[in-house]
Amino acid sequence: MATSQYGLLTQQPLEPWELPSRGVVGMLCLILAEAAIFLIFVVAYIFYEGKSLSGPTPAEVLKIPIFSTICLLSSSITVHFAAHALKHNKTRQTSAWLAATVALGTIFIAWTGMEWYELIYKEGLTIKTNLFGTTYYSLVGLHATHVVVGLLMLSLSLAFSLLGWQTEKHYNRLEVLSLYWHFVDAVWVVVFLVVYVFGR
Amino acid sequence: MATDASYGNALAGGAQTAPSRTALQIVHEWVTTVDHKKIGLMYIVSALLFLVVAGIEALLMRIQLAVPNNTAVSPEAFNRLFTMHGTTMVFFVGMPILFGFGNYLIPLMIGARDMAFPRLNAFSFWCTFFGGILLYLSYVAGSGLAGAGTAPDVGWWAYAPLTAAPFSPGHSTDYWTLSVLLSGISSIGSAINIVATVVSMRCPGMKLTRMPLLVWLYTVMSMLVFVTVSPLTAAQIMLMFDRYLGSHFFDTQAGGSAVLWMHFFWIFGHPEVYVLILPAFAFANEIIPVFSRKAIFGYPAMVAASVGIGFVSLSVWAHHMFTVGMSAGSNTFFVLATMAVGVPTGIKIFNWLATIWGGRIQFTTAMLFSIGFLFQFLVAGLTGIMLASAPFDWQLGNSYFVVAHFHYVLVGAILFMLFAAFYYWYPKMTGRMMSEKIGKWHFWLFLIGFHITFDLMHIPGILGMPRRIYTYEADRGWMIWNLIISGGAAIQAIATIVFVYNLVWSFFKGKVAGPDPWDAWTLEWAAASPPPPYNFPQTPVVESRRPLWDIKHPEDADAYYE
Repeated sequence: MATSQYGLLTQQPLEPWELPSRGVVGMLCLILAEAAIFLIFVVAYIFYEGKSLSGPTPAEVLKIPIFSTICLLSSSITVHFAAHALKHNKTRQTSAWLAATVALGTIFIAWTGMEWYELIYKEGLTIKTNLFGTTYYSLVGLHATHVVVGLLMLSLSLAFSLLGWQTEKHYNRLEVLSLYWHFVDAVWVVVFLVVYVFGR
Repeated sequence: MATDASYGNALAGGAQTAPSRTALQIVHEWVTTVDHKKIGLMYIVSALLFLVVAGIEALLMRIQLAVPNNTAVSPEAFNRLFTMHGTTMVFFVGMPILFGFGNYLIPLMIGARDMAFPRLNAFSFWCTFFGGILLYLSYVAGSGLAGAGTAPDVGWWAYAPLTAAPFSPGHSTDYWTLSVLLSGISSIGSAINIVATVVSMRCPGMKLTRMPLLVWLYTVMSMLVFVTVSPLTAAQIMLMFDRYLGSHFFDTQAGGSAVLWMHFFWIFGHPEVYVLILPAFAFANEIIPVFSRKAIFGYPAMVAASVGIGFVSLSVWAHHMFTVGMSAGSNTFFVLATMAVGVPTGIKIFNWLATIWGGRIQFTTAMLFSIGFLFQFLVAGLTGIMLASAPFDWQLGNSYFVVAHFHYVLVGAILFMLFAAFYYWYPKMTGRMMSEKIGKWHFWLFLIGFHITFDLMHIPGILGMPRRIYTYEADRGWMIWNLIISGGAAIQAIATIVFVYNLVWSFFKGKVAGPDPWDAWTLEWAAASPPPPYNFPQTPVVESRRPLWDIKHPEDADAYYE
């Protein structure tokens, strides 16, 4: 019986052994955990819908953010193209697509900022005002926090790309980041439907 | 039994003579380490320290309750004691010690050199360690109820609206929230690490169907952590918003719901029990076959049952809330779901029994604790089925019957399996055997103390003694029971001292273990004891569920039958 120097059996030829990337698996796990956090905030939003003891109500103050939604969702496509370009080592294309992603994300977060400014200073709605304010600011704010974190990481990636430090061997990392960004966009679809479509 | 020669290479890797170093260098090495074995040991040691602290809190409560109208501690201190005892035991003893064993064993068992994300691993450990320190910092740095001290005193489930700013002034509740939040972040980080390691780091030939059951159960447990600890994290964020930003999630004055907090907490809280018990099952899956000298019975059924428990446990949380007054439909659903979780658990018990059946049983201390676990887990499951029935729960909810039930699970099952794991893997971690003689003393003392305390604790519960009461009148008929229960607690304390003595004594004086003292079959026993930083000088290749059996018995290798 042939044994290796470890003593483990090696007489059978081994099939090729390839396992998934740990970065992708780790990010998918993080996404699962984050999804559970968002789920609880969405449940709280739906549970408290229409239970505020005082105004303003969502129908009175919320406007449907169509433009910023289009921007955020398109940024999922641009980040995908960025990763795809990096895979083929087209770093200039990568930089261009990353810049577009950061720009689109910035438009989204700027729109949220303006929306909050109007709600706070014109409509007088804060997190303290009523249950709508409580659940609205925490749910949208939690998502906005994720957008900001994503933007910081994307900007870092863009900077590395412009400096020429990011090459095709970093493809896996950009892929992991793009997974995160897709998740942030997917969460926005849920938030958009719950808060702005069905919740108004 | 394999000769030492077949491990020659592995041993050579571990037998380097280390140059002598200063204490500062050693501390620096441990603080900055990203080695899964060192992090695992730090998890275990820190959890043991918190275990001693939370154990002392339990003893203080038992002293207070031993006789009626006692004033050994003040009522305010008593509230803090049960809050700190519960929070510490769940978040800073149970979770870290189980993650510690997982960290240590999983890479070794799947033939990997480290976890998938070593730095995340270190981050998770320090997060939970400082979380625990933060919780206890409240004793000196938090300002609690006016004139009533400092530490959190809202109970480990911290029901709203007691946690709202007007009812919990000062910062004691904030210490609770923040430390639990830190523990949650740490748990999610560890769980990510475990799943990524299992999916991406297995050695060649280690198919999912060949993984040791311990690794399978830790994977299921980690998946559960994602979907159960996260809701708790979300709820803690909401509570902090309520306390600091003036939001109204759990503010009943502004239309908020106290029951919503209960739902959010128990969506975490019940699956958390399975997060804690699955690693205990995992230890049993490794230890019982080795000391029965038989392969585990029903490997696929064990995997299926574990995954089944994972799913069913997500739909049972509101059995903690039968007394809240839910609709009849909800009650029925949660009664049936809770009883359904008994089915996969029962499958496991039968498989362990079938593993032992007909085996050549070796009654080592680890095996004794495992047998204790089997019996006590069965009893704990049966009282669980009793409490799962809503009308029964209406009668006994929040009584000492419930306290007895869940301590039967946490101590009788989880802690017993943890002791077994210590006796089983201590030789691997330190290179020395734990004393079997002291171990037998530990086992029998602990077993007797455990049964005196927690068997009898059911009785005052049935007689109507509510949990968390500070003291009671002499004419209630609870007195004699409480006195005996406290006596049992003292015996458990003595047994724990024996255990700690054994840990320390064996570290210096224990018999040298060698790589494979139990004649076991999984990969961790192929590495030296303790394993070198890189675990295996060469990545192992496996062809069956019991790779070391294949080496020792090449004429009858498992690989031929799979």
